[in-house]
Amino acid sequence: MKGNFIDNLPKVYGIYTGGFIGFIIIMAIAEQMGMTAKAIGIAFVAFTVFIYALIGWLSRTAQADAYYVAGRQVPTVFNGMATAADWMSGASFVAMAGGIYFKGYGYMALLVGWTGGYVLVASLLAPYLRKFGCYTVPDFIGTRYGGNLARFSAVVVLTVASFTYVTAQINATGTIASVALDIPFQYAVYVGLISILLCSMLGGMRGVTWTQVAQYIVLIIAYLLPVFWISNKMGAGFFPHFMLADEVARIGELEQQFGFVKNAAADLKSVPKGLAGITKAHSAVNATPWAFISLALAMMMGTASLPHVMMRYFTTPSVKAARKSVGWSLFFIFLLYSSAPMLATLSKLSLIDPNLPTGIIGKTFAEVEAIDWYQNWNQANLMFISDFNGNGTLELNEFFMGGKAVVLATPEIAGLPYVISGLVAAGGMAAAMSTADGLILAIANAISHDVYYKIIDPKAETAKRLLVARVLLVIIGFAGATIAAMEIQGILGSVIWAFDFAMSGLFFPLVLGVWWKRANRQGAIAGMLGGLIAGAWYLVWVRTGGSGFLGITQLTFGIFGSAVSLVLMVVVSLMTAEPDKATQKMVDDVRVPSGKTILGKSH
Amino acid sequence: MSNQQKHWEKTRSLLFITLAIWFVFSIGIFLFGAEMNEVTGPFGYPWTYWFTCQGSLGAFVILIFWFANRQEKIDEEFGFSEREDE
Repeated sequence: MKGNFIDNLPKVYGIYTGGFIGFIIIMAIAEQMGMTAKAIGIAFVAFTVFIYALIGWLSRTAQADAYYVAGRQVPTVFNGMATAADWMSGASFVAMAGGIYFKGYGYMALLVGWTGGYVLVASLLAPYLRKFGCYTVPDFIGTRYGGNLARFSAVVVLTVASFTYVTAQINATGTIASVALDIPFQYAVYVGLISILLCSMLGGMRGVTWTQVAQYIVLIIAYLLPVFWISNKMGAGFFPHFMLADEVARIGELEQQFGFVKNAAADLKSVPKGLAGITKAHSAVNATPWAFISLALAMMMGTASLPHVMMRYFTTPSVKAARKSVGWSLFFIFLLYSSAPMLATLSKLSLIDPNLPTGIIGKTFAEVEAIDWYQNWNQANLMFISDFNGNGTLELNEFFMGGKAVVLATPEIAGLPYVISGLVAAGGMAAAMSTADGLILAIANAISHDVYYKIIDPKAETAKRLLVARVLLVIIGFAGATIAAMEIQGILGSVIWAFDFAMSGLFFPLVLGVWWKRANRQGAIAGMLGGLIAGAWYLVWVRTGGSGFLGITQLTFGIFGSAVSLVLMVVVSLMTAEPDKATQKMVDDVRVPSGKTILGKSH
Repeated sequence: MSNQQKHWEKTRSLLFITLAIWFVFSIGIFLFGAEMNEVTGPFGYPWTYWFTCQGSLGAFVILIFWFANRQEKIDEEFGFSEREDE
């Protein structure tokens, strides 16, 4: 191929996409020829992980600029894809459609929150931080406000938020690896971890960038193909997004007909942990405006504060490209997020509509128990039925399912070939791996660049700095995997907490650093530490039986944390001296896109 | 007022407009979620349901591209746009 790698990107990833589709077709043929389901699952996960590792190895580097910010030459659209993969985690891929399936409108606040946040990223932060020329988010805080304490506080907030998030992602890679490769979860977690490290260790941000683009392609094919296929197979419409209004209305009708019968507490005891029944209307407004808005707002402000997303915009060639790149990121995210409610609709209707051949509500227990897919997913602890009222017929309130089953089991229920289930496993793995990579790298880079290089040993040579960065990467990865193997919290809960932690400590110090010249070091430190402590206190208080106030729950505690952060930051800044002339000049320079970056090319 | 101050003033008004539109689609309409859901909207979905699935999400995508283009125009107007080789 002529020209350099960057110019050839469309061709390289075009061939890659073609190759992947070819692989799916080969697997489909192999299935027809008698390849077992288990072998197909292993082939999908092993093949894709091998490709990512290969890209990681090809992207190895010994330069700080390439390791930390991929040489700042990632084109707009490709950075958009990489950000989308970075962003969409195992939770988005595996759990989101399930959440919508069970909780409807109240849950869809997350869809609005996890997309609306990008408007804040584009308008308030990304272009300015790109102009700044920093390697990490604490790099910006440390230089804008000055002083090691400010830098260190930012590292603390970043680590708390990202680590909360990353254990959930390693947990998700472990879950998928254990199902696809058929090994115990405790070992699968480490298989997942090693796959993650293969992508990031040698090439740092450069390796992660190019694997994330590859992972995006896999995950979006794996998500959209089944949605379109199922919709067509059910005769619901060939383009589900525009054609499911009748299905949504039909679900409403069936809900009326069946009614939401409340189960007795004693009956619910027999339901395995983690499974739920349908108790909320599908498309009706079932949450108060404040419950919806506060959750959406917390997720939006959290989006703008999460360092693994922000640092993706440090890799674009220019400020202009950073802005456009945010738009592309959201476009690629939109493709998956707008499909999740459609998948939830198709999945629910195919299960509950007695007029459809796949519907199980209204059948006798003996009939349902004889269905192959019911037996499989019942064994995997993701489906459960129990005849509470003893009439021998399955009612809506007697059917329970795990949240993951909506994505993982629907293809099988709809009668799609197993090759699709293998594809979905590869997609889930790609989603969880790409996010885990971004997060581990964000933590390791912050500690190696901001704590080790900027605070402990500013004279360290590049080779030594990168060695420290890589050692930290491995240590943080193993720490995350060890905690993930203990299975303390669910995937989705800890993801939401990560957003709340990030917004508590970082949202206002970042935004005001650009938009309020008067903000100074003392104010920023008070804002970061005060916000984080206030948020954490609120979480602990509510978790230990506290009543909370203003309807702020353990899922939205960041609203309280960030409010404290804002007040402290403004009050303390105004009580202390304004920043010196050099700092004010620096803020002026950040606001202008042209000219040199604030920090040198290599710092 | 210097060139730079004028540039920043325009940038700031663009930010306020952008945030106002953002507010409408992320918060404003959901204040009236229950009422709005009674009405049939695009493609036959109830309005509020459609906004949470597609409408607001799509509006954000368009808003960011619109914002990026407007900001580029402002940068050009004051001679602050970046050269391609920078």
